Amino acid sequence: MKGSNQATHSPVGRREISRQLVSRVFLVAMSLFYISPIYWMLVTALKSDHELSQFPPTLWSHGPVWSNFDQATKTFPFLTFLGNTILYAALVMAGSVLSNFVIAYGFSRIKWPGRDILFYPVVASIFIFIQFPVNPITMVPMFALFAKVGMVNSYLPLVVPTFFGNPFFVFLLRQFMLQIPADISEAARIDGANEFQIMYRIILPLARPALVVVALFAGVGAWNDFLGPLIYLHNDKLYTLSLGLTYFKTMHGIQFNLLMAASCLVVLPVVVVFLFFQRFFIEGITLGGGK
Amino acid sequence: MGQGNCVLRWSFVSAILMTMKLRRHRRVAKDVRSLLLGLLFISPWIFGFFLFLAYPVFSNFHLGMTEYSGFGEPEWIGLKNYQELFHDSLFWTSLYNTFYYVILAVPLGVVVAIVLALAMNQRVREVSTYRALLYIPSIAPTFALSMMLIWILNPRYGLFNYILGFLHIPAINWLGDTRFSKLAIVLVAQFGAGQIALIFLAALRAIPSHLYDAASLDGAGAWRKFWYITLPLLTPTILYDIIIGVGLGLQVFVPAYIMTDGGPLNSTMFTALYIYKNAFEYGRVGFAAAVSGLLFLINATVAVITFWSSRYWVNYNLE
Repeated sequence: MKGSNQATHSPVGRREISRQLVSRVFLVAMSLFYISPIYWMLVTALKSDHELSQFPPTLWSHGPVWSNFDQATKTFPFLTFLGNTILYAALVMAGSVLSNFVIAYGFSRIKWPGRDILFYPVVASIFIFIQFPVNPITMVPMFALFAKVGMVNSYLPLVVPTFFGNPFFVFLLRQFMLQIPADISEAARIDGANEFQIMYRIILPLARPALVVVALFAGVGAWNDFLGPLIYLHNDKLYTLSLGLTYFKTMHGIQFNLLMAASCLVVLPVVVVFLFFQRFFIEGITLGGGK
Repeated sequence: MGQGNCVLRWSFVSAILMTMKLRRHRRVAKDVRSLLLGLLFISPWIFGFFLFLAYPVFSNFHLGMTEYSGFGEPEWIGLKNYQELFHDSLFWTSLYNTFYYVILAVPLGVVVAIVLALAMNQRVREVSTYRALLYIPSIAPTFALSMMLIWILNPRYGLFNYILGFLHIPAINWLGDTRFSKLAIVLVAQFGAGQIALIFLAALRAIPSHLYDAASLDGAGAWRKFWYITLPLLTPTILYDIIIGVGLGLQVFVPAYIMTDGGPLNSTMFTALYIYKNAFEYGRVGFAAAVSGLLFLINATVAVITFWSSRYWVNYNLE
């Protein structure tokens, strides 16, 4: 510990300094490029109509118009859509955590003949049905089916499938649960615990970090979903924020400062959630991408 | 005596046989029990797999042989949709656009993701800040990013043309010019590269440093080390990225729906958008299902070919 401390304080060689300088220039340039859409979203949201139509564009707002946010939230029923989106995300989170935990448990914590063979379809599904459950390949028959049973124009077609497992989340949780030593379950079995007790009392607390990852991905996925609500929700009382943004696209063109103000309100919660749970996001992706 | 011996022997043999049978029986019973238990746990997935994945995939071919407006009952018309499809120039345009997009976006995506990962792996104290900045756009909703880019790419007031102006590049009507509209959509996807870049970053970190040390001793420079050590050991991740990228690319929808609605002159009419329009705007559900079925076959074929090809270029030596 002491040694490494000394190493960082020891004078750094000139080559090391120039190496870090090159790295920093490269990193700053890339970061600026990547964050530019979100920066530009904020700046545009604060511009007046007059400033908006200036060229060259002003790189920050001279005299920010905060009332754009107020006006944007009046252009569409913001609070209703916000409530709908939160509800949608919460239901998807619940369904995803519950179902994928149980399924992944069956694929990792119990030994049974044929288990690893039945896992192949899970992996194959990830690669083709990356967007799950609503994607261009399955949306037409699924819509026809949900229409037949009268579920269109409700959240059921968007939420119910998440209670039946998502291949990517199953994969991710299985990876995680395989790392928990089998002896833990074995000891509990010898003590007479049944599989459900082991799952609930022992594995659930140990798998909590991975379940947080699933909850975060599922919640952000629902929040960011556009295609699902577009297809299934036909009543503006049910709309999500993603559909709300289309209110700004009118016959007369788009009022970009208001659209960007509304976009900020949609994007910022995601960014804040990310900053709070950064560790989980990064570990989750690394786990999901593992071999 | 002899008989007694025989009986004794027989009973001894039968006892052994019986215990063997019992043991086997018990083992089979245990297997059956664990099988049932396993199936019980994964039963939601089995149900979901058949109802939400397998059913719609097959239904595409069934529904594809009907004329169906979304109301009433589908009417059986055999292969008529497929005949129509092969003579439909817009279908072929949509396939051309989709492949154009995939062929451009996927390799570019791999390069961008590797560059981002190399950046995220730099030994600089505040690297985690840069990592977050590079990652954030990839969790921002695509629809919001697409709306943003309409404005950034605006030919008259847009930031992008303004910046290109410094390089003396004349103003380009990105979304209004058939030559550039697809490029604009490829650009949207690149902002989402942070996600996959993290996977590349993990792969970079897993490369043992002694390989680099040995290469340095042999006098290899940075470029040779990248080409002969880093890149081969990233190939499993590249394979993953290509398969995911091809799947996402063949099904690209949201940016095109929001930014161009398929225009100008159908230059961004991707197959997924074509399916959507037929099913939900023109009321041609049967026709749309026929196209979805073909899109599935294309996607599955490309994925299988990519997997098959991996034996020639993916390096699994590290495992």
